[in-house]
Amino acid sequence: MSALRGLEGSAARRRRETMIRGGFLFAAGVSVIISAAIILSLAGEAFNFARQVDVSQLFTDGWFPRRDQFDIGTIVTGTLIVAGIGMVVAAPLGIGAAIYLAEYASPRTRRTLKPVLEVLAGIPSVVLGFFALTVISPTLIDPVCPGSTPLFNLAAAGIGVGILVTPLIASIAEDAMHAVPNSLREASYGLGARKRATSIFVVVPAAVSGIVASLIIGLSRGIGETMVVAIAAGAVGGSLFSLNPCQPGQTMTAAMTALATGSDQVRGASLAFPSLFFVGLLLFGMTLVLNVVSERFVRRVRKRY
Amino acid sequence: MAVTTRDVVSQALSGRRFDIRGYLFEGMLLLALLVALGILVTLLTDVLIRAMPVLTERGGDFLTSNMSARAERAGVLQGIVGSISLMIFVVVLAFPTGVAAAVYLEEYARDTPLTRFLNTVIRNLAGVPSIVYGLLGLAVFAVLLGNVTGPERAGRSLMTGGLTLAILVLPIVIITAAEALRAVPNTIREAAFGVGATRWEVIRSHVLPYAAPGILTGTILSLARAFGETAPLIMVGAVTGGFAFTASGPVEALQGPYTALPTMIFSWARQPGADFRANTAAAIVVLLAVLLIVNATAIILRNRYDRRW
Repeated sequence: MSALRGLEGSAARRRRETMIRGGFLFAAGVSVIISAAIILSLAGEAFNFARQVDVSQLFTDGWFPRRDQFDIGTIVTGTLIVAGIGMVVAAPLGIGAAIYLAEYASPRTRRTLKPVLEVLAGIPSVVLGFFALTVISPTLIDPVCPGSTPLFNLAAAGIGVGILVTPLIASIAEDAMHAVPNSLREASYGLGARKRATSIFVVVPAAVSGIVASLIIGLSRGIGETMVVAIAAGAVGGSLFSLNPCQPGQTMTAAMTALATGSDQVRGASLAFPSLFFVGLLLFGMTLVLNVVSERFVRRVRKRY
Repeated sequence: MAVTTRDVVSQALSGRRFDIRGYLFEGMLLLALLVALGILVTLLTDVLIRAMPVLTERGGDFLTSNMSARAERAGVLQGIVGSISLMIFVVVLAFPTGVAAAVYLEEYARDTPLTRFLNTVIRNLAGVPSIVYGLLGLAVFAVLLGNVTGPERAGRSLMTGGLTLAILVLPIVIITAAEALRAVPNTIREAAFGVGATRWEVIRSHVLPYAAPGILTGTILSLARAFGETAPLIMVGAVTGGFAFTASGPVEALQGPYTALPTMIFSWARQPGADFRANTAAAIVVLLAVLLIVNATAIILRNRYDRRW
């Protein structure tokens, strides 16, 4: 008995341990407070908006918050066009690069080429916005689009978003393929399959959950991307409903920055201020759903190997 | 003549050695990587070429001038000062909190529903678009706490920007620090427990020192990410026009107007006219140079202290 008592240590020492543990727990709890604050602040003002807005204002021919026209469909469509173009660019580039790095590259090539993706991932989105506006728009979009194309357009922003998302997709997809055990590859070679067949019919199907997750995370990032669109897509004051990627347009994120940088800034007076939070809540909901779904896929990979 | 297994096998083995489709496939994959490389090279050379005239003609003057509506007099000093001040907020607030949270999750927490909930919350926070953090800052720090953060400018102050960025970086710091803690082998902990150390003593004198290089690298990389963030700062009212430093003391400076390097790039990028384009490119070169220094520091630290178990 007395030996056990001795192992418990002094009361002061145990008290100190409990206090320190409490401090660490509080630090971990801060993120819960932040999440609650995000949801409360978004939902509060979004509720104000929903209460004050007239339903007819939500279905007009465009998004013009300063003229009290809040056609959500316009900016959601803009968001989907930009994110869609981004994915068309990023999915083949990202997954192609990932298969090469995971299956084909020798350790030396891997060591020299992987940092390229890491550097590309580290480039801030404002810089890519400027690149989309000054290089992509005049050299890639202008020749392809019919007629005279404005410098600011959704397609250039979409490609910019694609470049931004490519390294993200590549790194997650490569991790997934890296996790595929070598025994599967060896079994495939043993049956006489070559490298290409092994990659396409064995490694990619085995890693498909992770690859799908990488695409979903990429889409989520593309939907939430702000600066590339705010710089390169144009349509500062508002935008008419349009499906044409060769024209300027607005996404949910760009609409939010446009409201915040407008000459009269966002103040509590009109509906423009609460509309900001309504759009924010919608964006938050969309990305949250995508992130939760991708998480499911990632967990499936982890469970299997 | 009967066909034996031997014939079939030898026929198969002597088939076409040169696998055209295989090489085409490999070429396509390599092309994807080379396109990414090409984009990176194009981006960097394009920005450098555009920035050259400004950087060579004005040199240090561009770095030491304030914002201005006239392109030939506008400089990035206020952006650099603002960005560094914002980073101080991140270092002072987000780093200790983030590392402490990671210590709780990795060293204290057992696999309970509460722990799993905390992990889920943190991972989801890391995936929230940065502009949503801007909305949070706008609602909480600028509007709700406006009297504290900036009574004279509706809460759109340096303090609001700094707090918002600190919150934005927090989940990334937690995740990277947790990874570094996880890499410390359990034998180290067990050895310390074995000689009678309490949990906190194990963490303080064994786990944290071994994990320090990893934690430091991760946090520096998240600092680089915060340095380039623009959208949340625009939401919480970083100045995009021009302003004068008039603060009379530290409190007034915290409550006063501010701008950051990436916000300046955003406002200049939208200005029409070739001279502002050149300024934008020059500011981008400054931003990328800062990021390069920060990232290189992280990599050097990693290579210097990296430990294999």
